[in-house]
This record gives sequence, structure tokens and C-alpha cells, in this order.
Amino acid sequence: MREYEKADRIEGPLVFFEGYGDAAYGELVEVHFDGGVRLGQILLTGERLAVVELWGDSAGLKPSDLRVRFLGEPMRLGVSTEMLGRIFDGLGRPKDGLPPPLAEARMDVHGAPLNPSVRAYPQDLIQTGISAIDGMNTLVRGQKLPIFSGSGLPHNELAAQIALQARIAGEGESFAVIFAALGVSHDTATFFQERFAASGLLSRTALFLNLADDAPMERLVTPRIALTLAEFLAFERNFHVLVLLTDMTNYAEALRELSTRRGEVPGRKGYPGYLYTDLASMYERCGRVQERAGSLTQIPVLTMPGDDITHPVPDLSGYITEGQIVLSRELNRAGVYPPVDVLPSLSRLMKDGIGGDRTRSDHPAVAAQLYASYARVQEVRALAVIIGETALSETDRAYLDFGQRFERELISQQVDEFRSVDETLDLAWQVLSRLPAGELTRLSEDEVKRFYLGRLDHGGRYG
Amino acid sequence: MKPIGTIIEVNGPVVEARIREGVGLLEQVWVGEMRLAGEVIALKHDEATLQVYEETSGLRAGEPLFGSGELLSLTLGPGLIGSVFDGVQRRLEVIKTEQGIYIQRGATTEALPERGWRFSPSVEPGCHLHSGALLGVVSETPLIEHRILVPPSISGTLIDLVEEGEYQLNDRIALVRAEDGQEHVLGLTHRWPVRQERPHSGRLEPGPPLVTGQRILDTFFPLSKGGTAALPGPFGAGKTVLQHALVKWSNAEVIVYVGCGERGNEMANVLEELPELTDPWSGRPLMERTILVANTSNMPVAAREASIYTGITLAEYYRDQGYHVALMADSTSRWAEALREIAGRLEEMPAEEGYPAYLPSRLAAFYERAGRVRTLAGEEGAITIIGAVSPPGGDFTEPVTQHTQRFTRAFWALDRSLAGARHYPAINWQTSYSFYSEVVAPWWQQETQNDWLALRAEAASILEQDARLQQLVRLVGAEALPDRQRWVLEVARLLKEGFLQQNALHLIDAYCVPERQVYLLKLFVRLFELGRELLEAGIPLLRVRQALDLPRLLRLKEAVSNEQSAEIGTLQLELEARFKALEPTGEEG
Repeated sequence: MREYEKADRIEGPLVFFEGYGDAAYGELVEVHFDGGVRLGQILLTGERLAVVELWGDSAGLKPSDLRVRFLGEPMRLGVSTEMLGRIFDGLGRPKDGLPPPLAEARMDVHGAPLNPSVRAYPQDLIQTGISAIDGMNTLVRGQKLPIFSGSGLPHNELAAQIALQARIAGEGESFAVIFAALGVSHDTATFFQERFAASGLLSRTALFLNLADDAPMERLVTPRIALTLAEFLAFERNFHVLVLLTDMTNYAEALRELSTRRGEVPGRKGYPGYLYTDLASMYERCGRVQERAGSLTQIPVLTMPGDDITHPVPDLSGYITEGQIVLSRELNRAGVYPPVDVLPSLSRLMKDGIGGDRTRSDHPAVAAQLYASYARVQEVRALAVIIGETALSETDRAYLDFGQRFERELISQQVDEFRSVDETLDLAWQVLSRLPAGELTRLSEDEVKRFYLGRLDHGGRYG
Repeated sequence: MKPIGTIIEVNGPVVEARIREGVGLLEQVWVGEMRLAGEVIALKHDEATLQVYEETSGLRAGEPLFGSGELLSLTLGPGLIGSVFDGVQRRLEVIKTEQGIYIQRGATTEALPERGWRFSPSVEPGCHLHSGALLGVVSETPLIEHRILVPPSISGTLIDLVEEGEYQLNDRIALVRAEDGQEHVLGLTHRWPVRQERPHSGRLEPGPPLVTGQRILDTFFPLSKGGTAALPGPFGAGKTVLQHALVKWSNAEVIVYVGCGERGNEMANVLEELPELTDPWSGRPLMERTILVANTSNMPVAAREASIYTGITLAEYYRDQGYHVALMADSTSRWAEALREIAGRLEEMPAEEGYPAYLPSRLAAFYERAGRVRTLAGEEGAITIIGAVSPPGGDFTEPVTQHTQRFTRAFWALDRSLAGARHYPAINWQTSYSFYSEVVAPWWQQETQNDWLALRAEAASILEQDARLQQLVRLVGAEALPDRQRWVLEVARLLKEGFLQQNALHLIDAYCVPERQVYLLKLFVRLFELGRELLEAGIPLLRVRQALDLPRLLRLKEAVSNEQSAEIGTLQLELEARFKALEPTGEEG
């Protein structure tokens, strides 16, 4: 095994070795020093210079004490189905006191891009049992659908509920959940561990925990490790894999820290200009592949600093992911769980996952109608603040009533409540029936005749 | 391939090499033992800076560099249509069979499928051929007759031309002797550097409209064949769905779709859908007129930078054959970001928001490759460019949107709040504009026998009044407004929901022929006038509203198909009669 001895300089996390010319770009190294070992990576390689980027703190290190051992390859992960039911640290080492699982294959954690022409377009529903998602922002196998949240909002509860309740149609399909904690607190990690254990579903789950006090550089590896296992299970072992990544904002901050220490030209808010490409290199590791049974679905969770959806992390994520579930502080304050703000939320792949032969024929139109009517509710509420509720027209007051019930009865549910798509749609019709039939223009006349519960002659031309 | 130099430093996609033999700026090279595709982007003495299109991990100093002797170029010839390429013209279908589900590094594929083509000559030996002149034709798809032209840099006397028959791509088709006596062997294909505009013999004014079947575009913000349009919007506002609708429905003869830093699943959608869909203009599968360039966001960033040029060069090649080509680029912001990323690696001085100072000139050069031209062969050809822009945070004042706006003449602004209310296409009719309205007006007058400009001016004025009234409504509520103004709100709603909104997934409504667009618009505008007259005559709003029957009119766009367009005219007569019946008569006093 090759070794370099005695560094020439240390600048922050960067260690310079002069006189060495055989390092490969991106190669993984172990940096040995008195009393410890740290991982690092070759950041630049030249004829007589190699720059190693140290993962972790460089305080107290002396250049002359350093020895670098080359691992001879970019970082790889030994993957196997036995990893389900286990708990690992952020670099994939067992954390549960058990021996490392026997690897079935060793894979480069950076993966390789899926060829667009082998992808199969995702169109099979994953039922989460949550009305705001199944009814209006349906999750589809192979989709990446992030949760945009804010500090103090129950995104972890929602993410856990999705992971525990997620169901796919079809007999004998194997389902796995991979959970990657990125710089989260011990409490949060414990919360997830306990929720998975209590549900008895730990055996189908693999956890990778990079906690808030772990080295930020390791945080850049954790999601890639989780996704490497996910790709193996999905595309080599035919699992339907759901990957939860929380919290991507911590990940992006680690990347910013690294980029700043490298002295790179900063982009918006100090994040590097390649943040989009970097995020895409993870988010795009999902989907379905032709002629293979498995699928890889991602639910990244991210907290929007200052609840600002235009902050670079949610903004660039939104440009890559296939929609977003946005949580609202206002709804949370009003006691609505899950506090999903449906108007900015979106599932781009929903259109092909729902409807006649997949859920119910009225599903697409009901969802469109709920969106349109709830958007109108916002206008009416704004007006009511100014002129008072009593001055509103009868129709506008019906909208206020609809808005209340929509939030309280349709969006709200218990943290362990599973609602079938049928139940969600029936509830939706109950709520929509508070509006005059004439207002339901996104629904066909037939659908209104069939499902509407109010009086058809009221405000419309039906019957 | 022979080594021309040695790598001396690797820093991400930017590699330094020491050169032994002459190499030109922008020459295509193969880097290292893995033969990663790259391009020379700077030269200094015997050192070259290379931009590598593939992930460079594992590359070391001391590995060899191979030259190609030419600039980054495409192979142009029959077989392009229906292909799916990455950003540097590697066929993804071939990579799939050779490498499995992932794209491994160092992949090389033939640019065109190896097969025979039936060539029919169009000229006789002995004639003089100028560059770009027609040699003969190949039937590429049932929709596209591929015209084999003399490459732009060659002209002279035709010494020899093969007879009609089946030929391979590499077969010799013709021999041309130039003025200087040099002889050129011509085949079915030739190479062309992507960053160089292909010549033509002169620009023409923008022509008839590019009919897209999307009402808000065709009627309010039309695009002319040979024109340019920018499509900016925040995420989730429907840029991609709209781009796909344009790929499917617009009446261009050839479509080049560049997925530049796009989502893999969306690309899969395009790849699955296009072969199944039929072109409304010809009834043939859409794939028979489409070329896809797919460089998804996780594919190497340098190839993303090249993909835009690959796309436009393919478009120019078909333009030169006398076709009207539409190029959709989704998204040009990802291309600009690739520029920024590479500029950062080269430690160039950043200008606005970290973008290099040459961003505007690169954007301008790209959009200037659009246009309607007289080709070298004397035909008329055109390229229309529709570039999606993804402004960070939906902020249109950012550099890419701003500069794109300067170089394009139609601006289709997507709006987050419209998208939030599921008003699709979420094009904001107040901030969008098009400079082509006057240009395409004669076509519409002729085609639909209506005073198109007056009609849309009338409709635009209703929408404009509505926008002003909505501010008032937000303060006092609609109930507080006088009947005349409430009538404006009523008809504006009809226009917004019954005309501007269009469901790209609806069987009937996804595509709306010009005739149906005009029928609908005429109906709504006419009802507005009649209603206003009634209100002026003192008829209460409630009764006019009843006669209007809003729910039925809102569903009209999805109830009446393109073929039945005339039924809207019949309905108009019926409704006009109903309105007339409300007019105050002796009885009602």
C-alpha cells in the first residue's frame, strides 16, 4: 500500500504533499497522526504535488507528523440485503455492536448516472395513508418528493409516518426503508430509531446516522452511502426502496463549509456555484429501470432557513425534485397535523399515478377542484379581514366554511391514522359539497351528479 | 489515436497537460488511459487546459492525452432523426446495450446507426456545385426526406456521382473537383464543429406563426417561425410540461429537444411518450420528426455546457435542408450554471452572481443562431428557439433571465401564484409579451377570416380591466361593485378559465386548432358586448348572468373537439338569441 510521509503545509483542512506525483484524483486516503486516523480525499493531483482534503478537524496537527495511506480507490461500500435491520454510522460502519454484514458487492458510493434511456417512467402509486399526500400530492414509486419544512415543524413526525405507513399494491413485493440522518441531533435520531422499533418494522429498515456532532465532511458521504445501498437493493435485488434523507439543509451547509475552506468562488448566500449539480448527483439517484422490478423513491427533508422557499437549498432542490410537500407554520399553529400547505405543494408525477385503473376515476378532477377552491378560499379570507365576514356574499361565506372543513377534516389526521384513497376521496366530496354545485367547474357534470352531496339546483344548473 | 501529450494536474473536470505536438484551441481530445472525452479550452506555451466531459476521479498525472485533430464536432447525416444523444452526440441506446443501466466513463459510440440508406441523386455529373447545393435525397423517415448537400466548405465541379441505390454511411457518393484542382470525396455524412454557426445565404424576416395549439400562446403571445422565445419560471410553474406540449403539438417539421440538466424521470417520460403519440399535422409517430439530446442533471457538467451547441447544430443541419426546425432547450439556466462552474474552476474573474463576464455574449450568440434564412441551396429554412429559464427563487431580475430577455422577442413569464391555483399553463398574461403579433396577424386574418387583431385586443382589454378591478375587489369585495364592473369580472373569469387555462393532459383540450381558438374567443367577446348593452339598457345583472350559463361555457373547451369547432358558432347564435330575448320590450317596459 502506497504511503506519503511528512506533509509540507497544512491550510485549514487541506494538506499539501510536495514531491509526490502518483495520486489519483478523488482517491480515498487515511491520514495517520499521533493518536489517531482521519479519512481524507485527494482534491488535486499534479506531477509533484498532491493535495489531501481532510475530513474533520485539523487543529493541533503537525505537518511533519502526518502519514497518508492510500486506499487505492474512491470510497466504496460493501452492500448486502443483510444491512436491513441494522444501524450504521455516517460512513457505513456498524453502530449497533454487531459485526459488519458480509458484503455481496462493493460499490462506488458516488454511483454513476442512470442512462436516461433505460429509465422507466414512474407511474405506480405508493399509498401513504395521508390525505394531503395521497389525495392531492400523490407519491409514486421512483419519485423524489421532498418535504420543505421549517425549524420546529413536525417534519420528522410526518417523515416517520410516511415511512411506517407506506404501502404498495401487489403481492409478494418486498419493501425496504433506508433512513439517513444528516447532522441531526441525538434526540431526532433516537426518535426515528424508536418509531421504527415500536412499529416492528426495523427489520426492513437500515439506518445511517451522521449526527450533529460528527465531522461535517462525513455528512457529504452519508447520503451517498445510503443511496448506494438503495440502488443495490432496488436495481439488483428487486426491492421497492424508500429513502428518507433528513436534513438536507445540514448537508448543504457542510458543503458550503467545505467550499469556503477550499477558497472557491461563492454563489448565492455563500453556497458554491455547483450546489445544483451536487444536489442533483444525489436526488437523481432514484427512479425505475426497464425490465427490473424494483424502484427507488426518495423523500428528502429540508428545513427552509427563515421559512424562505427561495433560499438556495429549497430553491435548487425544487428545480431537481419532482414536486414538494410544503409545511406551513400557520397551519401548525392552528393545530392542524400534518400542517401541509397544499397550494405551494406539488407532485409532478401524480398525474400518471392516479385515475381510473389506479385509484378512482374522479381522483384527478377532485384534486384539481380542491386546489382551485382552496386557492379561492385564500382570496375570500383576505377580503373577509378587510370588509368583515358578514359583508361577504353567500357564495363567499360558503368558501370560508369549505376552507375550515378542508383544513380540519380533510388535511388533518392522526399521527398513526391510515386513510385509504377511497376514504380520502369520500371525505373530499363531503367537504366540496359545502360549496354550491355551480362552483365546481373543474369536475364534470357526471362526476358532480354522481358524488355531490348538496342540493344540485343550488347555484348551478344541474338536475 | 496517438498520444500528443501528458497530464500534469487534475482538478475536477479541469485538467492541465503538457503538449508535445501542435493542438488547437477547442480541439477535441481524449484524456488519460480511460480516454475521457474533453476539449482544449486554453493554451499557454506547451501547456494546455482541458475541460473534461466526464467524471475525472481516478485520473493521475503522467497519463497520456490523445488528440483528434478537429474541434468538438458532430457527425451529420441520415439517422439523426429518432435518436437520443447525450450532450456530445453519444447514442444513449447504444450505451445501454454496451454498458447496462448506468453510464460508465469513456463510452464511445458511433454517432449514427450503421445501416444502408437508399440514395437518389438529384444532379448529373459535370455540373457545377456551390457549397450547400443538393446532391440527392434519402428517405430518412416517412416524414423527413433527408437532403444530402455539399458540405458548406466545399464547391466545384461534380466529377462523379453514384447511381440510385443503397449505400452505407461511409460509402463514397460523389467526387467534386474544386477550382484549385483539389478533389473532395463526399459521403452521406460530414462533420461540423458545434460551436461554429453553419452558413446560409441571407436572413429573411420572421414568417408565419409557429402554431402550438396552446391558446394563450397562439392567440396572445404568438411566436413566428424563425423567432425566439424565453420561457422563465420558478420551479413547479410548469415549464417542462409546456415545453413537452410544444414538442408534441407545434407545427415545426423537425423538433430538436435539448434536456439540459433536466430530470431523468422527465426524460423517461418523453422517451416513452413520443413514440406512442402521433403528430396532429401528419398523423405519423412524433418520433419520426424528433431528435432528443438528453444530458440530465447528474450527467457530467461539461457535456451539459456542450449540449446546447449540439442541439443548435443539429437544428441548423436540418434548416439547411430547407426545413422549419424548432429547438426547445430546457433549461438554459443549467447551461449557464455549467459555464459558471467551469469558469470557477479556471479561476476566472466572476461578474454578476458568479457568472463569467461573457455570459451575455454567449447567450446572444446562441439565440442569434435562430432565424428564417435563405439556405445555400436557395430554399427557405428556419430555426425557432424556445429557451426555458429557471431563475433562482423565481426572481426575474437575475442575470440569465435578464440577458435572455434582451436577446429574445417573445417572453412567456410563468407565475408561481397561478400555478399554485392550478391555473395552467401558468403564463402571466400581464407580464408576458410578444413582438410577433403584427408579424403573424395576416396569417390569422387569412386562415380564420376574422379581424384577429381587433378580437384579441378586445379580449386583452377585458383582462386588463379585470386586473384593475381585482385590486378593488380585494379591498371591498365584488358585491360592492356596480353591475357593469361585475360583468367585466364575470367575463374575465370566463376568459381566464374557459380560454387561457388549458389542460395539457386532457384528451380534447391538450391541443386547440386556430379555428377553435378564434371561435371561443369570438363567442366570449361577443357575449361581453351583448351583456354590456343589456346592462346599459337597465336589465339586472342577475338575469344576464342566468342567460350566460357560466358553468357550461367554462367546460366548452373540453366538450367541443377541434373537428366540431363550428358548433361553437352555433352555440353563439343560440346564446345571442337568448341575450336578445332579454332586451327590454314593450311588455317588460
